[in-house]
Amino acid sequence: MADVPKDLKYTREHEWAKQESDRVRVGITAYAQDQLGDVVFVELPKVGAKVTAAKNFGVVESVKAVSDLFAPVSGEVVEVNGELLQKPETVNQDPYGKGWMIVVKPANKAEWDQLLTAQQYEEYLAQGGH
Amino acid sequence: MTTNVYDKLIFELSSPGRVAWSLPEMDVPEGDARKLLPEKHVRKDAPALPEVSEFDIVRHYSRLSRMNYGLDTHFYPLGSCTMKYNPKLNEDMARLAGFARLHPLAAEALAQGALQVMHELAQDLAEIAGMDAVSLQPAAGAQGELAGVLMIRAYHLSRGEKRTKVLVPDSAHGTNPASTAIAGYEVVEVKSLPNGEVDLDVLTRTLDTDVAAFMITVPNTLGMFEPRIVEITELCHASGVQVYMDGANLNAILGITRPGDLGFDVCHFNLHKTFTTPHGGGGPGAGPVGVKAHLEPFLPVPVVTKDGDAYALDWKRPSSIGKLQAFWGNFGMLVRAYTYIRTMGPDGLRSVSDNAILNANYIMKRLETDYDVAVPGPCMHECVLSARRQKKLGITATDIAKRLLDLGFYAPSTYFPLIVEEALMIEPTETEAKETLDQFCDAMIQIAREAETNPAVIHDAPVTTPVRRLDQTKAAREPNLRWTRRA
Repeated sequence: MADVPKDLKYTREHEWAKQESDRVRVGITAYAQDQLGDVVFVELPKVGAKVTAAKNFGVVESVKAVSDLFAPVSGEVVEVNGELLQKPETVNQDPYGKGWMIVVKPANKAEWDQLLTAQQYEEYLAQGGH
Repeated sequence: MTTNVYDKLIFELSSPGRVAWSLPEMDVPEGDARKLLPEKHVRKDAPALPEVSEFDIVRHYSRLSRMNYGLDTHFYPLGSCTMKYNPKLNEDMARLAGFARLHPLAAEALAQGALQVMHELAQDLAEIAGMDAVSLQPAAGAQGELAGVLMIRAYHLSRGEKRTKVLVPDSAHGTNPASTAIAGYEVVEVKSLPNGEVDLDVLTRTLDTDVAAFMITVPNTLGMFEPRIVEITELCHASGVQVYMDGANLNAILGITRPGDLGFDVCHFNLHKTFTTPHGGGGPGAGPVGVKAHLEPFLPVPVVTKDGDAYALDWKRPSSIGKLQAFWGNFGMLVRAYTYIRTMGPDGLRSVSDNAILNANYIMKRLETDYDVAVPGPCMHECVLSARRQKKLGITATDIAKRLLDLGFYAPSTYFPLIVEEALMIEPTETEAKETLDQFCDAMIQIAREAETNPAVIHDAPVTTPVRRLDQTKAAREPNLRWTRRA
């Protein structure tokens, strides 16, 4: 079973979200990068862009497929991981660490509670993950 | 394969001063380009073209042509792509001087035969699909999709409705969301049921007055016929939503059912799939698009019309979405498709789908014990297997595809549809004999055994091809698209 850190929240589209004081860091899960295979390109929004929960905020492209990235929460993008442009493989190597994608300043705190807990996400994966 | 000097790029065969021509001396004064042309149009250095002999050229390209892998040499079960045999009669007809040497801007009076072929082909396709009108212009399936979605947009706008979203299932071909986005719509993905069918509850929840269209492929990309398709089109129409059928899988339903009868408003035809025009290697493709009468005013211009015995191009169509393609579409492909339809006739076309379905089911049945089947039960013209069982042994769909190359077969599509883990999508088409299908199934079963007993031979594959495994990750991350001369 893929690594699912307990201190994160998750979406059904396989993004993780991490609370960092009043901001939320976002990336894709270990399961997601394993399913995608070698990531070759990541397209992310610019700092200042607005993202909406459950809507796509970017694209991740692997040797197998191109997939949309879905925002776990709504808000303004305050940081973007520019290194992924040069080193998309970081998403495969360290999905929960250096492979983070964006940091969002959430507009609606209630959305956080809608996200899956680590336990719920693990159960979701156990059922097939889609 | 032994290495050969002619495996080099033609640029690498170049030798300074070597030429493949010998011309008589000029008997008129030579002009100086720099004096005859404005300076900005005159290049400073000569182009770095290969300097080779005629012999080099012939050997180099003959060698390359022998590396070709195609339907004329091998079985080609590339699912969803419908890699069909291209009858040679099509080629004869397309080469008739009256077609091949006709200037595209010839006056209508001098091009009546060509216009007649276009008019009759459009009528035939309309009849096959149960549509009211067909445009032959789009140069590929994706352009047919774009034309269809633009017509849907024009239709809604003509009724004063500004709808903004198009629904596409998660099992769709990647072109569907792409065409929709280019037409200016927001793409909304609709999750499918585990068996690949449209989830009617999700669809019902997603349909609203902001939705312009629902685009689906029938049979779907899992090779299954959508059993509730009439309910789906009725549900969409009740919300004023137009329904688009991606015709990529039309090869499964010729003469059996018609998109128009199922309630579709628009569908495209891939002539390079179902109608036997060349596919791959640049084709070129042809993706005519058919519509119901309410969308006819929006067809691309020009439309071929018939008045008595005279054919003409009609440009006076004020509601048209405009012109989509240079001249009149890929005309040579239209001749080929017309030839095919007229060769087969209605009964022949029906037998195409019957045999395509039979062949796919035969393969699925023979492989169902050694591989996981994505969706149980009879399939249509293609079957989707999953290598999830093999993956537990360290053998992926890619590995199986590579090993097949060594065993003398082209690989099926892999990792599509996206909703199936380790997908292998096999479409044999109607023309393959049982012996060929058996040889292919034997190879697949052999690979399943090797996964258990000798995985190394699979990991090493292919060893018989001109190149071994290419580093597709590096190729995607650091594309090197152009030869440059070494300093």
